[in-house]
Amino acid sequence: MKTTIRLFRTLLACSLAVLLSASPAAAYDYPFDDPFVATVVGTPEEYRADLPDKIPLKKRSIKIFEDRVTPDYLFYDDKLRYSYALQDGPAPLVFLIAGTGGSHDGGKNRIMAKAFYQAGFHIIALSSPTYMNFVVAGSKTAVPGHVYKDAEDLYRVMERIWTTLKDRVEVTNFYVTGYSLGGLNTAFVTLLDEERQVFNFKKALLINPPVNLYNSISLLDRMIENIPGGVDNFDKFYNKLVSAFSEVYKKEDTVKLSEDFLYKVYDVLQPKDEELAALIGTSFRISSANMAFTSDLMTDFGFIKPANIRYTENTSPGDLNAVAHRLGFTDYFHAYFYPFYHTGEPSLSRSDIVAQMSLTAIEDYLRTADKIEVMHNRNDLILATGEIDFFSRVFGDRATIYPKGGHCGNMDYPDNVNHMISVFKE
Amino acid sequence: MILNTAFLRSGLTALALSAFLLLSGCSTVPVQVGDTVEEPVFSADRIVPEDFTRADTSSDPWQGFNRTMYRFNYRFDKYVFLPAVSAYQAVLPGFAEQGLHNFFVNFRQISTLMNSILQGDGYKALDTSSRLLVNTTIGILGLFDWATPMGIPYHEEDFGQTLGVWGVGSGPYLVLPILGPSSVRDGVGLGVDWYVRNEVRDWATDLETWQEWTWTILEAIDTRANVSFRYYETGSPFEYEWVRMLYTTKRQLDIER
Repeated sequence: MKTTIRLFRTLLACSLAVLLSASPAAAYDYPFDDPFVATVVGTPEEYRADLPDKIPLKKRSIKIFEDRVTPDYLFYDDKLRYSYALQDGPAPLVFLIAGTGGSHDGGKNRIMAKAFYQAGFHIIALSSPTYMNFVVAGSKTAVPGHVYKDAEDLYRVMERIWTTLKDRVEVTNFYVTGYSLGGLNTAFVTLLDEERQVFNFKKALLINPPVNLYNSISLLDRMIENIPGGVDNFDKFYNKLVSAFSEVYKKEDTVKLSEDFLYKVYDVLQPKDEELAALIGTSFRISSANMAFTSDLMTDFGFIKPANIRYTENTSPGDLNAVAHRLGFTDYFHAYFYPFYHTGEPSLSRSDIVAQMSLTAIEDYLRTADKIEVMHNRNDLILATGEIDFFSRVFGDRATIYPKGGHCGNMDYPDNVNHMISVFKE
Repeated sequence: MILNTAFLRSGLTALALSAFLLLSGCSTVPVQVGDTVEEPVFSADRIVPEDFTRADTSSDPWQGFNRTMYRFNYRFDKYVFLPAVSAYQAVLPGFAEQGLHNFFVNFRQISTLMNSILQGDGYKALDTSSRLLVNTTIGILGLFDWATPMGIPYHEEDFGQTLGVWGVGSGPYLVLPILGPSSVRDGVGLGVDWYVRNEVRDWATDLETWQEWTWTILEAIDTRANVSFRYYETGSPFEYEWVRMLYTTKRQLDIER
């Protein structure tokens, strides 16, 4: 009997230990179970990691392609904007790459910047290759979303920025990380670094990356269908949204519009999942409209804008604004991205390029690349069914999968902030 | 004050003249290369349904002028305003900056008080006069904000909102030099509020012209320092349209509440 109990205890202890090591879920108290809520609301203030209000972030811009003539309409994006914060003494340096449509100093990049700076790292923050300013000033083809080309663009930008900073700062080791599409970019930048060896990244961390880019953009495009009556009824959806916001805004006469306002709105209205999905879909739709239209202005491909029409500084896009917001990432892929790259490489089929734009395409490399780690969420909304298993299968214990958090909703939750830092801590 | 008025008058004349030139000189139409417009993959005719209603209901007949002014504001921000803000923040210690900010906010509460009364909103008028009273006395002319920790609610009401409450429509969208997005109604409102505050200031103080200028410039810098918006950094080629739509929506809400 005693032996049985002892055996049982040992078993229990063992399984507990396994549980604890395999999933940090054991005591993971991120407040939202619902992935839609997590994605939209993020982490409410009282649950957030203790990060500094301000870090000495410097914003700069740099001309990447000396002889590129920026179209008049986009004159303000002639130089690529980025930001950095340096420690006083020698320290490791982390490059941060933003997600789809994200700017170098957007909300999530700021979370990472503060977390790593506080932990003693230099940081250099970059916009996503899909961000307007990057498309105009940092992308060689100006047709973003091609993981190999984007990696080359990012690497070029990293080198150029590093050239301007290297005399002022002492760096012990280089690291790279990114969230969402920036996570996918991180993997391909790390792969490119194996060949170029300028930075010799000591480690890389992929945060909530897609597995197959086409699967993820298809999922995101479909989300906007949650607008009742489809995108044709966006005006009604907007008005409903505004009246919902105003209900709270008017009631709380002393409140100003801020990030916590969003949480307040959520708290008062308790929106349904379909409404939150419509909101997420809308947010990504805005990103895709911005990216596609900017790219079209750069290349004169004739996707939305007639190819032989030139925009001046003062041109009004008029109805093309509505057209751009009616087209999704998949429209961009099929009617612009694929034909554009197909011209340069006629043997390339649609399914070839879909397969290329994925982590599965470099699975063999990832399996053995000990320097690359992953932080993900089991209920991430940008992954197709079963795709989450790719990470534990390929990365083994270099992948940590949190039980909740949706898409990047838990990035400033204390466990996640500590995790990010611990991956790079020297 | 005489110099100010003279300056204002000549400034307004110059502004009206340049506005006329800009209005007549800025086309918002793109340039066509070649004889016929090539059909894009997704043309507006094919994609946008005919009965489509826009979420953006703002009226913008002076778009050429507005877009030009929007660009002017971007450049003014880049080469004058933001460097001034940086210098201001570098020179002034944090507590002084906060003190000045409190001072200007408190002084502008005069406009909120006036407009709360004009709108017949007794609660807001009461809150605002309590704030003014507390902060101007024990807050030493508004340098310290004691009203907030005491739990007296803060409101913002301007003459544009008052006109809105009285049923005056916003009129066309208008991008003002330096001040940014506005409308004809709100632009008039800004002028009225500014005039009334200046009258109050003249009544309460005996400032030299250079002191009035210092006041105006510091207030402008403080206001800019507390607005995080940066021109052309939203990452959208439709930024002008977004700003117009959000401004119009927000003003509608401000008037309703």
